[in-house]
Amino acid sequence: MKHEFRFSGTGGQGLITAGIILAEAALLDGKLAIQSQSYGPEARGGSSKAEVIVSDETIHFPRVTHPNVLLVMSQEAANKFSKDLSKESVVVTDTLFVKEVPGFTGKRYDLPITHTATETCGKVLFANIVALGAIVALTKCVSEDAIVKAVLHRVPKGTEEANKKALKAGMDLIKNHK
Amino acid sequence: MSRILLLQGNQAVVEGAIAAGVKFFGGYPITPSTEIAEQLADRLPKVGGKFMQMEDEIAGLGAVIGASMAGCKVMDATSGPGFSLKQEMLGMACSAEIPLVLVNVQRVGPSTGQPTSPSQGDVMQTRWGTHGDHWLIVLSPASVPETFDITLRAYELSEKYRCPVIILMDEIVGHMREKIVLPDDYSKIPQAQRKGPSKKPEDWKAYATDASLVPEFAPYGTGYRWHITGLVHDETGFPKGTPAATIAAQDRLRDKLMKHLDDIVTVENYKMEDAEFAVVAYGGASRSVYEAVDMARKEGLKVGFFRPITIWPFADKQVKALAGKVKGILVHELNDGQYVLEVERAVAGKVPVHFYGKYDNESATPEQVLAAIKKAMA
Repeated sequence: MKHEFRFSGTGGQGLITAGIILAEAALLDGKLAIQSQSYGPEARGGSSKAEVIVSDETIHFPRVTHPNVLLVMSQEAANKFSKDLSKESVVVTDTLFVKEVPGFTGKRYDLPITHTATETCGKVLFANIVALGAIVALTKCVSEDAIVKAVLHRVPKGTEEANKKALKAGMDLIKNHK
Repeated sequence: MSRILLLQGNQAVVEGAIAAGVKFFGGYPITPSTEIAEQLADRLPKVGGKFMQMEDEIAGLGAVIGASMAGCKVMDATSGPGFSLKQEMLGMACSAEIPLVLVNVQRVGPSTGQPTSPSQGDVMQTRWGTHGDHWLIVLSPASVPETFDITLRAYELSEKYRCPVIILMDEIVGHMREKIVLPDDYSKIPQAQRKGPSKKPEDWKAYATDASLVPEFAPYGTGYRWHITGLVHDETGFPKGTPAATIAAQDRLRDKLMKHLDDIVTVENYKMEDAEFAVVAYGGASRSVYEAVDMARKEGLKVGFFRPITIWPFADKQVKALAGKVKGILVHELNDGQYVLEVERAVAGKVPVHFYGKYDNESATPEQVLAAIKKAMA
């Protein structure tokens, strides 16, 4: 089974970190994963995109061509990175930033990602981990054990509890989604 | 014991450098190679090495040449515009036979081009970037694990043949993260060694050679005195510009590599056993080709993939053999047609050579490569 993920938004939102964590969680589960990214020359701002492919078999081409899941955390990213979606693709949006996903009529989860990060952890910078929690709950592409381990492995010391809370809050967004 | 890691190609270079025993990095960080400098700045001091950020790219390679003269295993890493600047020092290292490894993580050019986008536009520059007839080795990895192996290999070749080795990467392999299994303990990895002096300082000549055509190396500060110059020199190391001395120097620099092609040149054959048509690609562009070949096979097309791992010296013998085996060849590169010219030269009209170039800041998808294969086979 091959899962293709694209996380997109604005530089600085931590989407590349989220991509790395997801790929590391897949390795912990004994699967294969490739993570790649594209970003502009800017240090902050500009569109940012991280892609992850998780599979049981060898992955040659590292870029996502048939996204199963697209996460959009800015309107610009929604406009720019939604062109190769299919009817089977699932789109997760952050309601704070995204009003529409042009041309997409498939399944959409409009979630208060950044809002939840602020509510639960007091800072917007946990939004990437909230989003990751939601995506893992939605797709079950990696085990809960693996994603917790992978998050704790990557985040700065002293922020472990806050990140665990952010991850759980993200998972709850899907569990409570109507 | 080993560890399973998710690493970028650039990080695999760093691991390979540490494992190979590199003790000096001199350079100037530049996207998309920056992670190499960044992480060696952290790692080298922990293994008794030195990291030196210089005022520009030229000085970076200059410092690396100096450290190598002192007997250190050395690395420099750069990208596009920085690689252009380093050409002067690269020629110096070829002429003076200074072992060093220079990584070029290609980006879109010319000039500052596109810092964060993939390209393979420097492949001919790695061969002919510095002026004059000169000889060096260029290796190009297609995956993160292979990047680690190739970094070790680069030191074996550079130390053995006393020449610069360029690791030619691209944004795809440099920046993507994939699974790699690395040993916990690098101390068991064999360390490449330069051949040391066999005579006392007073009897020793810096560029005298035996049948290997590779001179002995005496590190500076060990009592051996030698003169290093970019001018044409004889076995004493001092300039000598007679026609006979010039030919002797040039021929030896060529022959010390070209007489050992079986040791230096490596290629990968993927699904080539019964192939009637071959795709030729290298580095990051390979990633689309593997998948395109798998897709072609599913459709019953007998397509294989021939991948030069050693980019220079060119795999003449292997490409000529390929031309005797298949009915046609498609070269795929992320540029407007560079390495294809060498393939055409070696194939020499024996079978048609087609070209699919991509230079729009994005890699080709496997579907696009498959379409190019079908068009070429039609």
